[in-house]
Amino acid sequence: MAASINEIQDSLIEEFELFEDWTDKYEYLIDLGKKLPPMSIENKTEEHVIKGCQSKVWLNAILLNGKVVFEADSEAVIVKGLISMLIRVLSNQSPQDILKTDLYFIDAIGMSQHLAQTRSNGLLAMVKQMKNYALAFSAKV
Amino acid sequence: MALPINIEAIRKDFPILDQQVNGKPLIYFDNAATTQKPQTVIDALNHYYQNDNANIHRGIHALAERATSAYENTRKKIAQFINSPDASQVILTSGTTGGINLVAQTFGRAFIQKGDQLLISNLEHHSNIVPWQMIAAEKGAEIKVIPVLDNGELDLEAYKNLLTEKVKLVAVNHVSNAIGTINPIEEMIQLAHQVGAKILIDGAQSVAHFEIDVQALDIDFLAFSAHKLFGPTGVGVLYGKKDLLESMPPYQGGGEMIKEVSFDGTTYNELPYKFEAGTPNIADVIAFGASFDYLASLPKNIIWEQEKALLDYATNKLQAVDGLRIIGQAKQKIAVISFLIDGIHPQDIGVLLDKYGIAIRTGHHCAQPLMKRFDIVGTCRASFAFYNTVDEIDSFVASLQKVVNMLK
Repeated sequence: MAASINEIQDSLIEEFELFEDWTDKYEYLIDLGKKLPPMSIENKTEEHVIKGCQSKVWLNAILLNGKVVFEADSEAVIVKGLISMLIRVLSNQSPQDILKTDLYFIDAIGMSQHLAQTRSNGLLAMVKQMKNYALAFSAKV
Repeated sequence: MALPINIEAIRKDFPILDQQVNGKPLIYFDNAATTQKPQTVIDALNHYYQNDNANIHRGIHALAERATSAYENTRKKIAQFINSPDASQVILTSGTTGGINLVAQTFGRAFIQKGDQLLISNLEHHSNIVPWQMIAAEKGAEIKVIPVLDNGELDLEAYKNLLTEKVKLVAVNHVSNAIGTINPIEEMIQLAHQVGAKILIDGAQSVAHFEIDVQALDIDFLAFSAHKLFGPTGVGVLYGKKDLLESMPPYQGGGEMIKEVSFDGTTYNELPYKFEAGTPNIADVIAFGASFDYLASLPKNIIWEQEKALLDYATNKLQAVDGLRIIGQAKQKIAVISFLIDGIHPQDIGVLLDKYGIAIRTGHHCAQPLMKRFDIVGTCRASFAFYNTVDEIDSFVASLQKVVNMLK
């Protein structure tokens, strides 16, 4: 049985508790960003661009055996790090679970500033778009 | 390095500067977006609401008289600041954007016809592009663009070639918000007038840095914002030549802008009220008046000298940062440095510098056509004001190098 969304969120929170200051956190995030698996070129199209981000962000999802599988990319590495965490939490989960989830880990690991609108870095837009995919797929499951 | 004035004393005039951000002393290098406000401006705003708040111009009671006189006093100070022949040529708007839209909609409605040309430049902020596109589309006029050279200066030869009898209006910024280029507006104004074109100068980025004499420069229209001149947000200025302003139809209809209203027809108020429909932003206009008093209290030319020293110092220091490239190296620049670092997205730099308490701007700076011209998605922009210090630049450069090391 795969880990639930909240189990993954809790383990992320635990990992971040090990960091002593912001530089450790951001170095980790940058590292995650650099390691994010590349998005398939055929999906890196204008139609998959999330609007309203200062850096370009691409997001695509497919439904595989009743689970939503996400892939994404960005020009900015910190955004890629944030995406990487979101994918870890939400990918391979059912549309229903994604729709009802509360992403409390973002606040708990001290990244809620990235949800602020002024950031325009699209974390909010990304979460919304991921839920939109889940909503679209929920009708098919 | 010695700077012309004792900055520590000046910095005390700006209370916001004395604070910690993310546990570090704030370094505010986003002055091109908005400048900070001296205590006297903040006090003027408070004083107005605590003592004088009333609606202006029609009240006959004491508060209304005080508010009206303070409001009109700011208009006089603005007129003096830009050397307008008369205070009635100073129209109070919501900001630079408000002023440009006013001219586009009223001058445009009255004088732009099908087949006419409007000349703008590749350096413009969106607010000096879109209003012209709107009126051009409505009227069937054409927009031509003055190109930008590789160093960030306007191509004046191309400008001369573009200036024909077809051009009704030239709209250019005095200073580029994105890369700091100071345009040779004196020459550009003369050239525009030679073909009978009018010219609008977007002064948003220049008024805080050096004096502008609208008569000496023979400017037709000048628009700028209070908040970039150490004043409050939500206030702007549109200066225009009297005959032009008088020949233009009103902009918005409402109270204040009328002389007499009946259902058979309405007659309009005289300048400047013809263009000031509705209750204006009284409090902020009054507080804006305090900006001019503050500026007048500073030693002459101090702003320009201090900022020039900061620009030279920072430009030189930044050369040491790995992979750094400055976008916009015009010979005449204000204290704005737009830069990129090889292989790093500007947003990543902005996010991490904020962690060091350093405020810069990243992105396209509302100048997407200019970003396209340089084939970049955006830049990091550090913009200095006279209250910034050499120590802050040292800190900024050191933090920037750390950030680059993290991201590489």
